[in-house]
Amino acid sequence: MAKVTLKDIAHSYTGYSENPDDYALKSLDLTWRDGGAYALLGPSGCGKTTLLNIISGLLIPTKGQVLFNDQDVTRLPTEHRNIAQIFQFPVIYDTMTVFENLAFPLKNRGRTKTEIEPRVIEIARMLGLETNLYTKAQHLTADAKQKISLGRGLIRQSVNAILFDEPLTVIDPQLKWELRSQLKYLHKQFGFTMIYVTHDQTEALTFADEVIVMYEGEIVQVGTPEALFERPEHTFVGYFIGSPGMNIAPCNIQGDKAIIDGHEIALTRDYHAIPAGAKIEMGIRPEYLRLNPPGGAGLPVSIKKVDDIGRYKIVRVGLNTREFNVVVPELSGMTGDKASLAFDIEHTNIYVNDHLFSGEQQ
Amino acid sequence: MIAKQTNQKAWFMVLPVFLVVAFSAVIPLMTVVNYSVQDTFGNNVFTWVGMDWFKDLIHSERFHAAFLKQLMFSGIILLIEVPLGIMIALAMPKKGWGVPVCLISMALPLLIPWNVVGTIWQIFGRVDIGLLGHSLASLGFDYNYTQDPIAAWITLIIMDVWHWTSLVVLLCYAGLCSIPEAYYQAAKIDGASRWSVFRYIQLPKMQRVLLIAILLRFMDSFMIYTEPFVITGGGPGNSTTFMSIDLVKLAIGQFDLGPAAAMSLVYFLVILLLCWVFYTVMSNIGEESSNGGK
Repeated sequence: MAKVTLKDIAHSYTGYSENPDDYALKSLDLTWRDGGAYALLGPSGCGKTTLLNIISGLLIPTKGQVLFNDQDVTRLPTEHRNIAQIFQFPVIYDTMTVFENLAFPLKNRGRTKTEIEPRVIEIARMLGLETNLYTKAQHLTADAKQKISLGRGLIRQSVNAILFDEPLTVIDPQLKWELRSQLKYLHKQFGFTMIYVTHDQTEALTFADEVIVMYEGEIVQVGTPEALFERPEHTFVGYFIGSPGMNIAPCNIQGDKAIIDGHEIALTRDYHAIPAGAKIEMGIRPEYLRLNPPGGAGLPVSIKKVDDIGRYKIVRVGLNTREFNVVVPELSGMTGDKASLAFDIEHTNIYVNDHLFSGEQQ
Repeated sequence: MIAKQTNQKAWFMVLPVFLVVAFSAVIPLMTVVNYSVQDTFGNNVFTWVGMDWFKDLIHSERFHAAFLKQLMFSGIILLIEVPLGIMIALAMPKKGWGVPVCLISMALPLLIPWNVVGTIWQIFGRVDIGLLGHSLASLGFDYNYTQDPIAAWITLIIMDVWHWTSLVVLLCYAGLCSIPEAYYQAAKIDGASRWSVFRYIQLPKMQRVLLIAILLRFMDSFMIYTEPFVITGGGPGNSTTFMSIDLVKLAIGQFDLGPAAAMSLVYFLVILLLCWVFYTVMSNIGEESSNGGK
């Protein structure tokens, strides 16, 4: 087990280049503490898998260093890094039995039979594979095959880190939940350093102590699930996390007031330091907006659409040309399509050129 | 009653296939069957001899010798071409400019007609003017495929390896290219050796194409005619008289149509039988590796 440090890592698939657009990963520094559970979250093509492959040594980065416990491993081949990685689609050795598949990583490292057997049985029991340990792996279901892949990743106890590359993509939702809690349990029990790549926010937020959000080859925010929800540092994190995502609306700022389409909203902080000419937006989560009956407190809006998704409703409202999503438990006391939209000022963030801007305390 | 009538209509669906097979295979084969049970002394006069030609053939030493030579030839070339083909396929590049270069140079021998291949090697191996023959002779080797049976066999085997290994290479290469990159990455993570990667990833994934390659090479080499006919003409002596060459000698050289027809049928059945055995055995190996277990 180890602390993993990335120092000024950048990678371009076309080799060294001066043009930053050629880079799939753009210069990042990051430290993963020993025994932490991390999630790398981002849309497809944002460089998550590239980053993972750099840690496991399947890729040599164009620039920068990878350190395991302060030892430089940037150029060390994968097989000497003592790392486990689980891929998106199941990889099994067709001609081997389930037992042989699970034992393979240990056998290759010269462990004896007496060491291998109890460990394989333990892992198989944990993943629910013990009933068909001695059947050939080839004709099992995709679920079972992916469990074998997971098992091969978890079988070695002394790995520096375990990397998961969207490992639950092919798994049924019910089993997905089960396996995810199994992984969490394993993490607590053995204290592996785990890095989990996903584009599914629920998966990331339930698995990890700390989530790293990536966007177009850059890290846009590192934080706990709560921080990502409450104070997204980038508008991308705002819409990517949450369902529906954060409402982002262009606005003007005058000192401690935001002006949206001629309507003034008083803010709690002072923003006179925003540079002139910058792109200014206001972000607020649908959970922090309230709808009052027309004529009540707030801005006058018209209701465009209501989606009832069970425990709450998502209401889409229009303020002149702008639209906002509002999460409400119940649309009570309202008739017609008019309402008043009230902002929870404590949870309203201001973004300048897509980055969170903290105003001054008044 | 009505249900039965509806069932019978299905026969019309298979009728076209039935006709095609009849005209392309069954009817021509029947003329051979016709010859194999009769004798003739010319003037289109035929006499019924029953199974006599088949009985003679089964006990003929000449047939036994040709059959054994044929088996030995196919066995040797399979033993060389299959491992060699796999090795070359493994060594071929997976991307870059090397891929088209390798593919084209591999495909070239396959494009050359059989009799041309025979002629090339016939000249290549000649002691007086051939590059190979002359060089070997001047290096002091006693190489002469027209006099020495061993030299004749070696020439034919090298020629077949040169001509057909590419087929095994191309099929295996296609099999290798279909293996997703994740398998190699997983093997690295699992600390697998180069041999383990071959044994547990590449070989199992190549199994199907390898089955096709072995079957094709076996059938083709078991029926080889043109090249030995051009190079050695079956000689020196009868040392390279394979079944097909013997058959032509019998049918066209000696004009023994009856025995030749009987031999054709036996030859055909032997190939059919061996292919079936090969196919069954090889697909059973495949099934075992996928279904078996304890």
